Amino acid sequence: MILYFLTLVLFVMGVYCLIAKKNIIKKIIGLTITDYAINLFIIIIGYRAKGIAPIMFKNMTIQELAEYGVDPLPQALVLTSIVIGLGVLSLMTSICLRLYEKYKTFDMSEINRLKG
Amino acid sequence: MTMQTTYPLFTALPLAAAFFNLLVTKINKKAADYIAFLAAGTLAVLAVLTVFEQPFAYRVGGFPAPWGILLVSDGLSSLMLVIVNVIAFLSIIYSIKYMTTYTAKPKYYSLFLLMLTGMNGVVITGDLFNIYVFLEIASIASYALVGFGCEHEELEASFKYLILGSVASTVILFGIAFLYSMTGTLNMPDLARQIEILGINKAVAFVIAMFIMGFGLKASTVPFHAWLPDAHPSAPAPISAMLSGVLIKAIGVYAIARIMFNVIGPNEAVSSILMFLGALSMVVGVFLAVGQSDFKRMLAYHSISQMGYVTLGLGLGLNPNVPPAIAAMGLFGGIYHMVNHAVFKSLLFLCSGSFEYRTGTRNRYEMGGLIRKMPVTSVTCSIASLSISGVPPFNGFWSKLIIIVALIQASYYVYGAIAVLVAFMTLLSFIKLQRFVLFGQLPARFANIKEAPFGMTFPLVVLAVLCIGLGLAYPFIDQSVLQAARDALLDKLSYMGYILGG
Repeated sequence: MILYFLTLVLFVMGVYCLIAKKNIIKKIIGLTITDYAINLFIIIIGYRAKGIAPIMFKNMTIQELAEYGVDPLPQALVLTSIVIGLGVLSLMTSICLRLYEKYKTFDMSEINRLKG
Repeated sequence: MTMQTTYPLFTALPLAAAFFNLLVTKINKKAADYIAFLAAGTLAVLAVLTVFEQPFAYRVGGFPAPWGILLVSDGLSSLMLVIVNVIAFLSIIYSIKYMTTYTAKPKYYSLFLLMLTGMNGVVITGDLFNIYVFLEIASIASYALVGFGCEHEELEASFKYLILGSVASTVILFGIAFLYSMTGTLNMPDLARQIEILGINKAVAFVIAMFIMGFGLKASTVPFHAWLPDAHPSAPAPISAMLSGVLIKAIGVYAIARIMFNVIGPNEAVSSILMFLGALSMVVGVFLAVGQSDFKRMLAYHSISQMGYVTLGLGLGLNPNVPPAIAAMGLFGGIYHMVNHAVFKSLLFLCSGSFEYRTGTRNRYEMGGLIRKMPVTSVTCSIASLSISGVPPFNGFWSKLIIIVALIQASYYVYGAIAVLVAFMTLLSFIKLQRFVLFGQLPARFANIKEAPFGMTFPLVVLAVLCIGLGLAYPFIDQSVLQAARDALLDKLSYMGYILGG
């Protein structure tokens, strides 16, 4: 239970960073933290104390596998989600660099040409 | 039968085309146009063919259903496929000429095709995590396309859209993970069955809230709309047409509708939330639109407002306490309006692109009298304006009428009155647009402009014909694919049946 709570704390920290910080690099870091909080959450769903890889060996019974084998699906999901996160992160940083080239600043409050 | 084996092509073909596009253009610069044109054309033909198929489920890799990934084809997904692919095809035709003003055309086509992959994927899949993956493919491609011009405003809009869009995706992923931890499955027909057993407990309600926020942001319903008026006008015109015409429907409204109707099932609380958000979007969008001077920005605000009608119709259909016939009517109106909005909003954005291409400005107060210089673009623009403002006999009139009648019959008088008021405000706003852009005095510096080239006017004419056709065909539309789409949403039981595959 405490682990779930900690992921929530991480998530909230990320959201705070995203909302309160003006520097766009910090915003990107905040977004990445929220992303990782969710990834951690998915991993914890699949966690099992004393878990083993869900592979059926010769000396195992089906009951043993059902009792100790971890659910492999969350790990597959997390891998996908990490890769997607990487894609978003690289796009974010490249847009951020282009923004710096144009505006000569990382301060979001000075990047404000669009209004209304 | 043939469609069943070629169904995965809807994602595979644009994905492969996006990849080979970049390779081939290393050798031949001209090839990008042809590859994109052929890929989008093939997809449009395939999409039209799916309409004539019976509903089926395709098992990817042949795994049996709860474990493998399902692709589901029913009335709603084939309707969405037709909208997405036909409008994408027309936008590609338009891009061939329009995008010559930009550099790096092959990269543009690749991103376009990636976005198409994502949207098709969201529409055909029957797996919740797959929805997330395809939604991210479509979103990432659209973030890049919004900033494609790489000027100050475009980059800023793209960055805003990226931050908000990523928050939405994160929240959606959180909802999916939560649902998985409760039910142990991601297969949507299977989830529908599990939720039937669980009932709507607190955890499911939490997931619903996550999905409404996440997909609501993608569909830009009002409290989450801040990115849309920046992002949609900043993109190149064919992309604006895709974003406003198709993307917010495929990854926003379609996903909400599919999950709320087929997976979670009719629910009064969700229905009232959706209806409230819909009505709020309608009012806020239209009031902000009236004062805009930028042509495309005004259209973007109207997108928010028009999507409000769709959400309102869906919300009414989701209410279990309304008599089924009236709920079905509201839902039918919502789906019909979604199709109509796709047609006329993409037409309007393409028209704005043609005006910008020739005049070099988007400020509607600087234009004027263009009907004398650009007759085809102007006439199609008026047809679209009349459609969106709901003037009979154009298509927008019928769908708004159905939604309003359904609301009144279900005794939602306030929402009905709001819908009428918003229709009136929309008319006002578009009369103003016509007055400033099409009629009035032609500024001296536009004395020598010509009509847009054929490659750009052709898609406009096709879309305008669709606007009129969908309106005039109203008496026959009852037995059409729209009906199949509505029935697919209302029939949760047969959706659960897709788990058997076949």
